Amino acid sequence: MFAALDVHAISLLNGLAIGSLLFILAVGLSLIFGMMDVLNLAHGVLFLAGAYVAWWLGGPSPSWAGFAAALAVASAGGALSGAGLALLVARLARRSHLDQALLTLGLTLIAADALSAVFGDDVHAINPPPGLGSSVAVLGHAYPVYRLALIGLGAALAAALHAVVDRTQLGALIRATVADREMVAAIGVDERRVKLGVFAAGAALAAIAGVLGAPVYGARPGLDGTVLILALVVVVIGGLGSVRGALIGALVIGQIESLGRAVLADLASFVLFGALAMVLIVRPRGLFGAPTGARS
Amino acid sequence: MIARGPGRAAPYAAILALAALPLVLGDYGATTFARMLAFALAAASLDLLVGTTGLPSLGHGACVGAGAYAAGWIAVHVTRSGPVALGAAIAAGALIALVAGSVAVRARGVFFLMLTLALGEIVEQLAHSWRSVTGGSDGLYGIPAAQLAGIPLAEPRLLAWYVLGGFAAGMAVLGWVTGSPLGAALRGIRDNEARMRALGYPTYRYKLAGFVIAGGIGGLAGGMLAAQQRLVTPADVGFATSVPLLVAVIVGGEATAWGPCAGAAIVVAIRDVLGPSLGGHGALVLGAVFVAVVFAVPGGLSRIGRRVAR
Repeated sequence: MFAALDVHAISLLNGLAIGSLLFILAVGLSLIFGMMDVLNLAHGVLFLAGAYVAWWLGGPSPSWAGFAAALAVASAGGALSGAGLALLVARLARRSHLDQALLTLGLTLIAADALSAVFGDDVHAINPPPGLGSSVAVLGHAYPVYRLALIGLGAALAAALHAVVDRTQLGALIRATVADREMVAAIGVDERRVKLGVFAAGAALAAIAGVLGAPVYGARPGLDGTVLILALVVVVIGGLGSVRGALIGALVIGQIESLGRAVLADLASFVLFGALAMVLIVRPRGLFGAPTGARS
Repeated sequence: MIARGPGRAAPYAAILALAALPLVLGDYGATTFARMLAFALAAASLDLLVGTTGLPSLGHGACVGAGAYAAGWIAVHVTRSGPVALGAAIAAGALIALVAGSVAVRARGVFFLMLTLALGEIVEQLAHSWRSVTGGSDGLYGIPAAQLAGIPLAEPRLLAWYVLGGFAAGMAVLGWVTGSPLGAALRGIRDNEARMRALGYPTYRYKLAGFVIAGGIGGLAGGMLAAQQRLVTPADVGFATSVPLLVAVIVGGEATAWGPCAGAAIVVAIRDVLGPSLGGHGALVLGAVFVAVVFAVPGGLSRIGRRVAR
């Protein structure tokens, strides 16, 4: 009986690690949607690009320098792509939200194909940086240190983001833009710059999540779609446009992913869809989504 | 909003012209033609959702793929009769649409987009994990040639005509639905759902009916695809099918009768015909065409013709 409990404790930790990663990925998606009403379907391919950057700069067993360089390149590249996406999407601002989502989808097709042209169609497995590749004993089971580090990093990032969004003037501006763009513009703030900044930051976080996730998921074609779905489920459950919602959604989905795979391996995706369906039926705007005005 | 041809005879003339095509095409051409027809019917059925009802589905591949698997499974395990396999394909597509649609049509806009995206992913996972039926990641292979009245349709031209028959039947059903009161109600829901509800229409049931019809016709298209490819893999179910279908609808023009079919022909031509000669970068070209259309030609290519005609 205790053995079973131990297995569940391990699965709980796995869920926390996946949840941390998902939070870093999804918080940008959530804020971008909340702020611009744009569903950024290119979010998954930004993650994949980050994973390939980790492979490109670090190889299968990255050194600390390689890993840090990958993080730096991914965040800079992610921010640039995010700003570019924001500018492109802004040109379609008068058109339907579907057109904007479709634009990001088309760019995803291009980027994913370019990535597999450069890096090939092979599955690249990537090790954690030195020192984090070992395992420690948790409740008598060997547990990878890297995943513990991910949990710590996710928690730290969540705390930092929460502090920024909830406590600083910049955060107040972001929250105000999510709540009422026109009013922010009316009081003399250039909300286009806020949008650009949030899009860039969200995209950079997605690429960073890709580097951090490389030792867990590796880098392979098709990974972009998988993580995009997970991130979408996270923001739907948590509600669009909210940091706290993204965190809770990520933790819930992390647990469902890990426990589901441990207990009902074949049914995990149904459990995921079931959770999504339940939330959308009970709370159509997500658990923490603000009941703001008309959005389609 | 319904784009009918210049006259009532136009669809028949178009089908007749299409029927003559395999005569001039070689074996490879006829095979590609059959592929385009199956893909075109799938795109046209998706347009019943995207264009007519205003529900942008990113999971239509689930219905198409379910139809393909059902037709393939029937052909391998039960009977080689083509029509029976296509009937099973329609049933499978409609069933998936009924189950998924009962949840999905409650959502709107991007939420609908997300739910259907998740649907496609889940059915793809199912295709991967339900090995005893789907063959897992190897796919369902060794599908025998479909038989019509005891004649095996292995020859590419015969197969193309067979697929054309299914295409014509599917298009007829879609045309009939869009012209019927149900189609009018679906367009009403697209334009103003609140008003339709206020007028007393049970919009949920109407949308679900549209979803199931689109799923059934999508399943039929999948069954035709299975008869043509003789192999069904998980890629026929998920993102890799749903996205090109949506691209075909948007490129060709939503809510037009033949736009999605033309879009599908363009997509198949770029992906399967041009793709290999571009070093396998068909997806890149497809993405570029898609971005260009979304940016420059709102409403799709069929709108250009209308603009020029005006």
